[in-house]
Amino acid sequence: MRNILKKLDKLLENRIRLGIMSALMVNTSLDYNTLKDLLDVTDGNLASHLKSLEKNDFLQVHKQFIGRKPNTTYSVSRNGRKVFNQHLQALEQLIKNK
Amino acid sequence: MSEYNKHTDDLKAIRKMMEDSSRFLSLSGLSGVFTGIFAIIGASIAWFLILDKAEPGVFDLIPDYADPGTKYLLLLDGIIVLIAAVGTAYFLALRKSRKKEQQFWSPATRRLIIHMVIPLVAGGVFILIFILNNTLIYIIPAMLIFYGLALLNAGKFTFGEVQYLGVLEIITGFFAGLFLGNGLIFWIIGFGFLHIMYGIILHRKYN
Repeated sequence: MRNILKKLDKLLENRIRLGIMSALMVNTSLDYNTLKDLLDVTDGNLASHLKSLEKNDFLQVHKQFIGRKPNTTYSVSRNGRKVFNQHLQALEQLIKNK
Repeated sequence: MSEYNKHTDDLKAIRKMMEDSSRFLSLSGLSGVFTGIFAIIGASIAWFLILDKAEPGVFDLIPDYADPGTKYLLLLDGIIVLIAAVGTAYFLALRKSRKKEQQFWSPATRRLIIHMVIPLVAGGVFILIFILNNTLIYIIPAMLIFYGLALLNAGKFTFGEVQYLGVLEIITGFFAGLFLGNGLIFWIIGFGFLHIMYGIILHRKYN
């Protein structure tokens, strides 16, 4: 039991960060506005969660311009994928063991 | 909230986000209704104007004495219906995505289109072979079956109802094959009434 709990990731206990990662796990990359639509959160809120995921090497950020508009897209990093899968497995095991 | 509940809720949230982020949700139910109407108009033009009420059994039974250009007129009629339907669906989806402030071009949109187009192109080539061989009687059954397969394939990336519509189109295609010679009637059922019915259901459920 304790071993399983260790696999849970602190950062993914937050529902918004978990949502960001879930969406990115099934899409090669998503841009900022798509994430905002999906999660239904304010700009400030989303930006700070993205920042913390980026800082902890869960995400890869690509900045580019479409015409004159800046466009930022996000994708999961290798580390992010690993941690997310472990977290997901741990959640499933915890429920099964109940 | 107990730990256990938090874990199950987290799993539910993960599943929901994975599904939502891979679906195209701007599809408008109204486009189904318009597609159905266009299909019925196209069938009426074929029946009353192009075939001049030839025989019951229509499309597939172009009489021998008919103008050799008849099949190309029918083809043109079908293509115009297709363009009108796709154009309207595109316009209504764009409008819906603006209204709901959703992104129109997302990875889900691209996936939807790719999964739709592949079976349709396969079906289109197959039908072209029928036209070249002058076995026109199989065209409408093939159209319905391949269109149904396309919807079944692409339905994963939009509202789930689209997959049911796909199954109904395939079944209609089988019946069109069983009752060969009544192509136009099954065209009206499959592309006309089924679209209108499904469009109304979708519109009432999601708009």
